[in-house]
Amino acid sequence: MSATLFGLAGAALVGIGLFGLIVHPTALRKLLAFNLVGAGVFLVFGVVARRAAAAGLAGDPVPQAIVITGIVVAFAATALAATLLARLSGPEEEP
Amino acid sequence: MMVSLLPVWAVLTPVLGLCALLLCERWIRPERVAAPFVGLSLYLSLSMTYQVMTSQAPLVYALGGWLPPLGLTLRADGVGVFLMTLTALVMTGVAVCAWTPSEGASSRGRFSFWALLLALWSALNLAFTAQDLFNFFVALEMLSFAAVALVALDGTRGALVAALRYLLFALAGSILYLLGVGLIYGRYAVLDLAGLREIAQPDTVTLAALALMTVGLMAKTALFPLHLWLPPAHAGAPAPASAMLSALVVKAPFLIILRLWVDLLPLPAAAPQQIMAGLGAAAILVCSVIALRQQRLKLMIAYSTLAQVGYLFLMFPLMPGPAPWQDIGWTGGLLQLASHGFAKAAMFLAAGLIYEALGHDRVAELGGLARRQPVTLAAFAIAGLSLMGLPPSGGFIAKLLLLTAAVEAGAWWIAAVILAGGILAAFYVFRALGHALADGDPPVAPVALYRQGAVLALALCALAIGFVPLRPFALLAIGRPLEALEALP
Repeated sequence: MSATLFGLAGAALVGIGLFGLIVHPTALRKLLAFNLVGAGVFLVFGVVARRAAAAGLAGDPVPQAIVITGIVVAFAATALAATLLARLSGPEEEP
Repeated sequence: MMVSLLPVWAVLTPVLGLCALLLCERWIRPERVAAPFVGLSLYLSLSMTYQVMTSQAPLVYALGGWLPPLGLTLRADGVGVFLMTLTALVMTGVAVCAWTPSEGASSRGRFSFWALLLALWSALNLAFTAQDLFNFFVALEMLSFAAVALVALDGTRGALVAALRYLLFALAGSILYLLGVGLIYGRYAVLDLAGLREIAQPDTVTLAALALMTVGLMAKTALFPLHLWLPPAHAGAPAPASAMLSALVVKAPFLIILRLWVDLLPLPAAAPQQIMAGLGAAAILVCSVIALRQQRLKLMIAYSTLAQVGYLFLMFPLMPGPAPWQDIGWTGGLLQLASHGFAKAAMFLAAGLIYEALGHDRVAELGGLARRQPVTLAAFAIAGLSLMGLPPSGGFIAKLLLLTAAVEAGAWWIAAVILAGGILAAFYVFRALGHALADGDPPVAPVALYRQGAVLALALCALAIGFVPLRPFALLAIGRPLEALEALP
């Protein structure tokens, strides 16, 4: 039951994020929308890991390992995009 | 299949070079540190190709002795070593061409360029040898981060805007791909391609997951209509960086799409393949016409990349057989990939040298170039020959094979698009050549001859593929169909 609920929540987050990613014209909002999609996808992975509990395991470690990598990648990407945004919004300077 | 550590070393060697660069940054010039690692990686790729060709079997290594489904394997099959050789030759050409005397770009920029070149190489080798969906994701992320940084290398406002846009497209692509991986894992609890091949069914979940992954990868390959990021990014980067981006970086996501539809879920030709080919055809026609209208040489070449990427997607409905790697559409598509890689690297490097010599790259003001820089212009013309698909060039063989496959499959519209695309390419290449051959006496800055020679060598590689039209058939079929690794031999 809870797995279904979390799955639906993940799907909703992905949907909202994708909508924002496509509709919003500014880069900062697109970046936030990307993070929203990311959160939804990670939640879906959590649900997938949890479903192994039905087979008697505490949880499937493989999706958890993937989520950790995904979070690290999303964090690094957000940092890179934020740096680019900060450089662009700052005063014009010679490189 | 042969157990070999070579695929691991092919991925690791550029990373070791990166570490050496970071350690020696203060004391030794970056190109001197990077050069031995470039040479070593080139040697590794060539020796892997030699081993695969002599033994007719893929090189496999299971990392840490763990077999799939838990472990990760690296597997260099015929297609893998073919693309690794392409990568190695293009990278070496770029490295020679980027080898500048001490003056010029700031030392920090030079350091970043060489570091990113090695990072890109490692990511490409991983993408070409990886065998499971998760490893693909890691390779794609390594690739995107290095590529975005290369675009932003100049630090000008335009370059930063282009890099940011590229990054957002790449991120949207990655997250869609990751969602697809999640759905596949939820359905099958396997991520290894060979394992998936045995159990995958064309049901709703699998097809939805594949659609998500394919669209995500299309954004990274810049297939029309997800191409908007590519022209400013590739035209704004420094020329050696654009050469790597256009020739190699957009090809890795394409190879993964190919592996998804050939290795993971081999379907008889149906709607998905037709849609991909339709988008490819639209890319060829629309982007070629836009390329015709460009005033700047680098932008023209960037739009030409979009059109040539479109050709790659035409191959999907042209592999109808139960064993697609024995169809001529398969060989034609992969030869198109390689010949475009060589030709486009040569073209971007030539455009860079032209920019250095003249101080601009406006197509209409190239007059007099032919007399002042004959070697560069010859390289540009030979590369253009391959893009147009005129004999004797790699592009000719590739397009001929695709055309034959299209006629055999009865797909008349694909045949028409291939022919129209060749004519449009001829228009934009000859437009640039015509201006360059015109009279004129512009002030020309000297460019070292070895750098022009490197560009010419890359263009000749594109030409050389046309002289061995039948060799790749056998090479590209090695290691297919994909077999699960049962035990460590």
